[in-house]
Amino acid sequence: MNQRIEFVLNSEKRSVEPRANQTLLEMLRDTLGVKSPKCGCDRGDCGSCTVMIDGRAVRSCLVLAVEVDGHEVKTLEGLMPGGKFSALQKSFLAHNSFQCGFCTPGVIVAVSELLEKNPHPDRNEIKEALSGNLCRCTGYTPIIEAVVAHAGREE
Amino acid sequence: MPIINEFAYVKPATVAQALKWLARYKKPAILAGGTDLLNSLKDGSIKPDAVIDIKGLDTLHKISFAGKRLYVGALVTFSELIEAEAVRRLFPVLAETARTIGSPGIRNRATMVGNICSAVPCLDSGPLLLAYDAVVTTVGRGGKREIPIVKWFRGPKKTSLKSGEIVSGVIIPLPEGKHAGCFIKLGRYAGEDLAQASVLAMALEGNRFRVAFGSVAPVPFRAKGIEKLLNGKQLDARLFAEAKKLVAAAIAPITDLRATKEYRAHMCRVMLERSLKAALGRLAGGGPAYGERLL
Repeated sequence: MNQRIEFVLNSEKRSVEPRANQTLLEMLRDTLGVKSPKCGCDRGDCGSCTVMIDGRAVRSCLVLAVEVDGHEVKTLEGLMPGGKFSALQKSFLAHNSFQCGFCTPGVIVAVSELLEKNPHPDRNEIKEALSGNLCRCTGYTPIIEAVVAHAGREE
Repeated sequence: MPIINEFAYVKPATVAQALKWLARYKKPAILAGGTDLLNSLKDGSIKPDAVIDIKGLDTLHKISFAGKRLYVGALVTFSELIEAEAVRRLFPVLAETARTIGSPGIRNRATMVGNICSAVPCLDSGPLLLAYDAVVTTVGRGGKREIPIVKWFRGPKKTSLKSGEIVSGVIIPLPEGKHAGCFIKLGRYAGEDLAQASVLAMALEGNRFRVAFGSVAPVPFRAKGIEKLLNGKQLDARLFAEAKKLVAAAIAPITDLRATKEYRAHMCRVMLERSLKAALGRLAGGGPAYGERLL
């Protein structure tokens, strides 16, 4: 029961024929080879599969692939200008904000949505934006610090 | 966990077309935000022969305020509710409630109507909609229906929706005169979690009160006995003590992996007093800011 869909993935038009019961996460990773969204809990709890649909951060494990027909999907890869590290990613590097790194793509996508709406969030707003992203290594402090430092920087 | 079960995926462009698809299949499932549905598909607790994606029904994707009623269409997400000007201005406790639901990544997709259609005992929209005497609107082949929210919840995961029907939206009437509310949700940590217990208190002009509980009975409910005790009176320490004594009889909590029934009952008493005090303070123009943590 496949159905052809067309959507924009990281600024590039894609045409795919996913199974009706395939999730967006499965299509991104297994069909299209986009590996930044990670499969952690596969039930919407951990946030490691976070991608953007039309500028909103969503759980790609809780979206059917066919649902993105006609929409714009962005993964971490699409948030890196010219394939290079973004300023936000550099701040994560500078603050040693990961150990295993599994949660990082989802965290950066979630933070990117926040910064899009609110370029200078306070600590509580950052925590709220990241309330659905689990990290089992860092204890969150270096993640929050990286975002605080990045958001406080003069443009 | 991949979805094992196979199904047809259809995306109708009109309500009439959606109703036709609903009638055509034996076990159709309606997809809006999908944050609950996808998990049910994955764990096999539902095995539909068709998933009917209603996100193409633009008429259901609107939020409007007219005639002292807020209309929330079935496709309005919790994020859109939080951002809506009418909600911020006239129903701040709705935004306060919506902000306790999941996390931004869930709220960007999940809808309030989906929340009441899933109708799990811990649903966060329940106490709020009960306190506002909301009305659920449905559309089916037999026509439209308006169902008072108090008649909507029939049991865990059971609602008054008939087969072949779609919920089109929820109507939330603005109470007469000034009003203020406070929603407190007890969770295990300050992040994405299901409610162990929740209370919504509303204070209205003339010392009238509405109180609703969630997660401490098979369905969310209004605590009419507590409201009767409080109505028309100035709340003082003695009255709070009396109201708290009524909590045990009002609620029917269970012990599960998230909390014991004793802890839930104790916290319901604490949350009742704090939410009432906050609602009263907000009605008077002070009180804690909406969204402030009260636990």
